[in-house]
Amino acid sequence: MAEVLVLVDQVDGEVKKSTFELLTAARTLGEASAVVVGTPGTTGKVKDALASYGAAKVYAAESDDAAAYLVTPKVDALAAVAGQASPAAVLVSATAEGKEVAGRLAIRLGGGVLVDAVGVNADGSVDQSIFGGAFSVKAKAAKGTPVVSLRPGAVEAEQADGAAAEETVALPAADAATSAKVTGVEPVVGGDRPELTEASIVVSGGRGVGSAEKFEVVEKLADSLGAAVGASRAAVDSGYYPAQFQVGQTGKTVSPQLYVALGISGAIQHRAGMQTSKTIVAVNKDAEAPIFEIADFGVVGDLFDVAPQLTDEVAKRKG
Amino acid sequence: MTNIAVLVKQVPDTYSERKLNESDHTLDRESADAVIDEINERAVEEALKIKEAGEGEVTVLCVGPDRATDAIRKALSMGADKAVHVSDEALQGSDMVATAKVIAGALGKVDGYDLVIAGNEASDGRGGAIPAMLAEILGVPQLTHARELSLEGTTLKVDRETEDGVTHLEANLPAVVSVTEKINEPRYPSFKGIMAAKKKPVETVTVADLGVDAGDLGLPGASSTVLEAAPKPPRAAGERVDDDGDGGVKTAEYLSGQKLI
Repeated sequence: MAEVLVLVDQVDGEVKKSTFELLTAARTLGEASAVVVGTPGTTGKVKDALASYGAAKVYAAESDDAAAYLVTPKVDALAAVAGQASPAAVLVSATAEGKEVAGRLAIRLGGGVLVDAVGVNADGSVDQSIFGGAFSVKAKAAKGTPVVSLRPGAVEAEQADGAAAEETVALPAADAATSAKVTGVEPVVGGDRPELTEASIVVSGGRGVGSAEKFEVVEKLADSLGAAVGASRAAVDSGYYPAQFQVGQTGKTVSPQLYVALGISGAIQHRAGMQTSKTIVAVNKDAEAPIFEIADFGVVGDLFDVAPQLTDEVAKRKG
Repeated sequence: MTNIAVLVKQVPDTYSERKLNESDHTLDRESADAVIDEINERAVEEALKIKEAGEGEVTVLCVGPDRATDAIRKALSMGADKAVHVSDEALQGSDMVATAKVIAGALGKVDGYDLVIAGNEASDGRGGAIPAMLAEILGVPQLTHARELSLEGTTLKVDRETEDGVTHLEANLPAVVSVTEKINEPRYPSFKGIMAAKKKPVETVTVADLGVDAGDLGLPGASSTVLEAAPKPPRAAGERVDDDGDGGVKTAEYLSGQKLI
């Protein structure tokens, strides 16, 4: 069975959930091989976790340069392994960095790059969801090794036993003339709330919230549901909530089990970031708001009445 | 003296309905209003700031059909000096690999560029990799997803912001930069700028002028193929109630019925 390479996304030896999703998807195409790129000692920390999601092989590409330069060490490692293993495909997470790694690797391997897949099929084709979920697309690589970036959360990770046989890969020395040097990192400080794109419930507020202080009503409902907080572009542009929480065409695309829109009119710009949510609930004063056209359950009313009452009800039901 | 090339793309307006052509699954450019991609205006702004702080020239580089001239004029009216427009029917249906190669080829038309500035991700394809792929082809450092940029002499410093957090980057020119929405607020073109833009030079070139292998281009040369594409059935509106003082309770009942709480 042909190998399928998976680029491992890890922080300080902790493997991200999206990597397990990649390993799961890789097993539909062939034998999953994990490629670890990091400072010396990283592979030892992550090997067991990779084995539990079916990694038959673990390639260790370790060097001090690996974390000191942006993107290129990962491309170097994948290109080196691809050169010796002739994989059926290479899978990376469709994060900002993953998409860049995939693009550069496709140039190097002369292969086709398939961006932001939401599913990987046994015949090597992938499913994509574009224009904010308005179109479904099936595509495949026409030449060379397919390099696929897979949207985090799109495939459910399934455990499987893998041998995780370790193999060392030599990384070429980084060259500052062709790579940007990393002089410092400030990882995202995760609050108590789940990450927006990984959350199974998202509660978002829009212009109707009216001010930054009043966003508390959105946060309280989110916390009662164990949800992430989002905001529409109108709310972000008005300064009610930070830009990193923006949902929509120019912000994050979310696809949770439940999306609650509070005081959001539902402009096409916003819908592009959330219309693939499984269930949509909307509260808006304006009965004509377009958000109601796509809501599974809508309440025409003041969010400052409805949301606190819902927060109390959720708390009650939790006991 | 810093010569800057700014990449500009014309895209369907995100506020209009976007479609694919039924015949070949390429972008239906006729169905939606075509505009300069918003993020490109920020790329132009950043280039102008660098130019204004010192010396240099800002060249707009655009790959796209003839009507992309509108996007180019917008960038020129903001203050860019000149433009190179790659327009060729052979490009129709080109994938990211081909696009990156064409842009790299077109940079040969920009005399001694020091810096390439692009948006981090186009709002239509959302591939988010062209700047990185371009850096790969050119063999220069990529400082992408910049929310802050500073240039001292030939040393470029960038604060990169992604879902992973902030990464501080440093490299020497020449380099490729991509900017995020946080980088700046783009200026509005002045009336004077709009008038001046009409007289600024726009060099229109074809693929044959760039030394790019035509076999890599367009739909036939694409290294990925779309097999099927279809609009998703629109979501239907569900139940709707008026809040008579029990809207929250009713919502809770609905969520409970759906086993969501």
